[in-house]
Order: sequence, then structure tokens, then C-alpha cells
Amino acid sequence: MTTLVLGLVLGGTYALLALGLTLQYGIARIMNLAYGEVTLLAAFGLVFLFQTAGLPPLLAIVMIAPAGYLTGWILYTMMMRPLVRRAAGKPGKLEVDSILATFGLLFVLQGIMLVLFGANFTSISYLDQGVNVLGVSVALNRLIAFGICLFAGLGLIVLLNWSRWGLILRAVALTPGSAPLVGIDVNKVSRQGFALGTALASVGGASIAMYQTFSANDGVVFTMKALIIVIMGGVGNVAGALAAGFALGLVETFVATTFDPGLTLAATFTIFLVVLIWRPQGLFGRRS
Amino acid sequence: MIRLAIALLALAALAVLPRFVSEYELGLLIGMASYVALASAWALFSGHTHYISLATVAFYGTGAYTVAVLNESLPYPAVLLCAALIGAAMALLVGLSTLRLSGIYFVIFTFGLAELVRQLITWYEVSITGTLGRYIFLDLTARDIYWQMLALAAIAIGLTAWINRTRLGLALRAIGDDEVVAAHSGIHLARTKLVAFTISATLITLVGAVGSPRWVYVEPLIVFNPTVSFLTVIMALLGGANRLWGPLVGAIPLFLLFEWLSVNFPDTYPIFLGLMFIAVVFVLPNGVLAGLDDLRAWLGRRGK
Repeated sequence: MTTLVLGLVLGGTYALLALGLTLQYGIARIMNLAYGEVTLLAAFGLVFLFQTAGLPPLLAIVMIAPAGYLTGWILYTMMMRPLVRRAAGKPGKLEVDSILATFGLLFVLQGIMLVLFGANFTSISYLDQGVNVLGVSVALNRLIAFGICLFAGLGLIVLLNWSRWGLILRAVALTPGSAPLVGIDVNKVSRQGFALGTALASVGGASIAMYQTFSANDGVVFTMKALIIVIMGGVGNVAGALAAGFALGLVETFVATTFDPGLTLAATFTIFLVVLIWRPQGLFGRRS
Repeated sequence: MIRLAIALLALAALAVLPRFVSEYELGLLIGMASYVALASAWALFSGHTHYISLATVAFYGTGAYTVAVLNESLPYPAVLLCAALIGAAMALLVGLSTLRLSGIYFVIFTFGLAELVRQLITWYEVSITGTLGRYIFLDLTARDIYWQMLALAAIAIGLTAWINRTRLGLALRAIGDDEVVAAHSGIHLARTKLVAFTISATLITLVGAVGSPRWVYVEPLIVFNPTVSFLTVIMALLGGANRLWGPLVGAIPLFLLFEWLSVNFPDTYPIFLGLMFIAVVFVLPNGVLAGLDDLRAWLGRRGK
């Protein structure tokens, strides 16, 4: 029962991270390997705002989310847009270029974080008294983080499925070639998709900072987990990503409690392997 | 034929070089030779196919760690053979599970592979053998290591040149141009990619194994340093990953630059390297050599 509750809480954060990544890849067609670094940047941002400015984390998240959107907007305009333009008409080129460019970005962001915050593990203590949930004592900060992730994730689903903006985003994700025919500015929408993904990464990162210890070197692991969830859920499949995120959170908590916390990444990779061999289109994806 | 003679002469000259240099310079030469070998081996697979492998250090570190584990129980050549076999087995596992699918899965898998191997070894050492960190005591001088590394670099470049002339090289280029067309012309996609990736990864593992005695003390955090993967990719790209001499042209200046940066800016050098990487992707997407060709063509047109 402890595993179930803690796993669901962890899974909520993972699901949110994966949602952001699936937006970036699905809509903007950018494979962002620096995604985990963006997440960490937001996590450090929260710690900084909490420790030096004394802002309560919940207020800080409200500030971090738009900052993430803005960062994503700038990144897309400055870095990704020229690559998209260059790759026009050459399938596969954008994928390779975006992988390489964001791989470089990964080292830039990691380097900046190492200089600013050092390589040590960081954490804050915020609302860490236990709360009884279904007979399991869960720290309040975890519950709040879970609530934030649930709120942001469900908000996104509602936005994508029942708003005009969501319809436009989905149209670009589905057929970027035909979207201009109905008067959609694909460039603008891609930028919005990328920025929205970055904003979700920031919210995910900030909520991680509320309850978990992290260091500037953890980015790769976050990116990796988000990527694996996206693939498990099926690329561009929002509900799939949510379900896969919870599943991964559960498996990871189970492995950490029953076997060894050092084996969680191995468990993640095992799942990835099984998915690749058994259903490469994703557990919830349709065969294309 | 003349090109081959020049290359062999250069190799011979490089082989006698240790007689004339200091211990520090010999260390630099070893570093250069390793990165030329790494970048060339990387480009052997990724250059033509555009399948970006981000797992260089996973194989490199595995090679080094194999030597650390086996150096007291087996003779040196047998240790190297074991390292090569382990590297090849790992490459087959990765390749069999991802190379049948689209390139993105391969990238993702290789992206996390180094971290996975590092965590697995750490977990194994801490919870089963109870120690983290091993020593390598081998009766090898810096010169021996230099010669072996030089040989590896030569093998990597020679093998690339040879593969480029064979059906395998043609198939790899066809895959890089268009996989669908390649499949329709009868190329067995997965098998071709798997063979090239395994050769490339085995060479990289051997570079790690041969270079490892320089460390003496080995632990997962040291040998699985992600900077190695990063440098390998940027070197190959800078020179031109689909050119025979591209990786070499990129590796030598970048290695020296990296040495200088890491000595003078120990904290901030990853930022510089990252910015440079982005600059290479934007400004010289096909590498310096292709850039020079373009420049020459442009000058030729202007001359007329």
C-alpha cells in the first residue's frame, strides 16, 4: 500500500514531465535532449526563490511556469526555428539537427548550473509533516506536488481536447503539412507547443524540488525517464503518457523498496526494452 | 596508392615520435590518438547512417572497467580480447533491440546507456563486492600505450577506408540517404546497421581498455564521464563525420582546445564546449572539410 501511494505520487510528476516532452516532440517536432536540464533549472529556481527570497513554493511555482513558457519561447525562436527552416523539405534532417543542437544545449545548461549551484545534492524542507492517506503516512509536500501535477496535467488535457487553441495544437501535431491549408500558422503553433512543453517541464521540476533531493547532474536521468514514458504512452498520446507516467512511478517505487534504490534506472530501461521489443508503437499507441 | 603511402609514412613518423618528446607531451599524444580513434570509430557507424550514437562513453567505460576487473587474473592480450567481446555483446544487445526501429529509439537508448551501465556497476560494486574503485597495475609504459592507441586509431581509419569500398559501405550510405529506397534495393537494413554499429562499438571499447592503465585508479564516476561521448560527437562533426579524415581533422584541434580549457577554466569549460557544439551544428553542419570544398567551389566560380 505504501508502494502504491508513493508510486502514484512519483508517477504524477513523471507524467507531467512526459506530457511536456510529448508536446515538444509531437507539435514542434523537436527532440529535446536538454529537457531534464530545463526541469532542473526550474527546480533550482524554486530552491533559490524559497531560500533567498523567502517565497513560499506554491507562489514560486506560479512564477516559474510563465518563466518556463518564456524560456521555451525564446529557445524555440533563437535556436530551433533556424533548424526547422534549414530542414524544410528534407525529412529526418530536423530530427538529427535538433538532437545534436539540444545535446549541446544540455552541456551548456548543465555547466551553468554547476557553476551557479555546485554539484552537491540540494533539497529544501517544506511542509514535510506526515499526512495519513489510506493508512499510509505521506509527507504533505509530496501530496501538494502531486496535486500540482494532477492540476497541470488535467488542465492540459481539457485545454487540448475542448478549446480552440487545443484543436489548433492537435491539428499541427497530426498533419503539419495540411495545417496551413486551414489558415494555421505552423511556425507560431510550433513555438507555442515548444513553450508550453517547457512550461510543463518547469512546473514538473519545481514540484520535484518540493519533495526530492536532486543535483545538477540529474538532468540526463529525468530526460531519459520522460522519453521512455512518452514512448510507452505512444508519441503524442496525452492520455497514454499520463498512464505510462503513473506506471513508471509505481514500478520504480516498487523496485526501490523491494530491491535497491540503485536499480531504479535499470528497471526503467528494462521496461523500455520490453516496450521496444513487444510494442514499439507504445502501449497505448496505434500501429502506424 | 600515393595517398596510402603518405598515410603509412605519417604513421611511421608518429610511431617514432615518442623518442623526441617529453613525458607531458607524450601524454598529450596519447590523448590525441585516443580521440582520433574514438571519433573515427564513432563516424564509422554514425557518419553515413546519421544514427547519432550518444553512448560512446558507455562502451569506453566498459572497456576500461573490464581491464580494471580482469588485469590481475588474465594475461593482457586476453584481457583486451574479453573487453572487445563484452563491447561487441553490448552493442549487439542495443542494436538488436533498437536498430530495427526508427532512428529516434536508437538515440534515446544510447542517450541513457552510459548512465545505466554506470549505475549498474556502482550498484554491483557497492552491494555485492563491497568496494567502489579498483586499481590497474600493468607493466606498461606510456610509450606502449601510445603505440597501441596509435595502432587503434590507424585501424579505425583503415577499417573505415576499407568499408567505404565494400558493399557494406555502399549499403550504409544508401541507408543514410533514404532508408525506404535502400530497403527496396535489397539492402537488409537491420543487419547492415547492426554490423557497422558492432564494429564501431568494439573499437570504442578497445580504446577504453587500452587507455585505462593511464588512470591506475578506476571507479565508475571517472570512466563513465559523459564529456567523452560529447567530445567524440563534436570532433567527428567538426571535421565532417562522413569523410574519412574528418574525425581526425576535428579531433586534434578540439582535443588541444579541450586540454587548454579544462586547465584554465576548470569550472566553466562545459559551457564553452556546449556553445561550440551548438555553433558547429549551426555553422558547419557538414564539417570543416565539406566547408572547405564549398569555399573552393565558390572561389572557382568567382575565378571564371
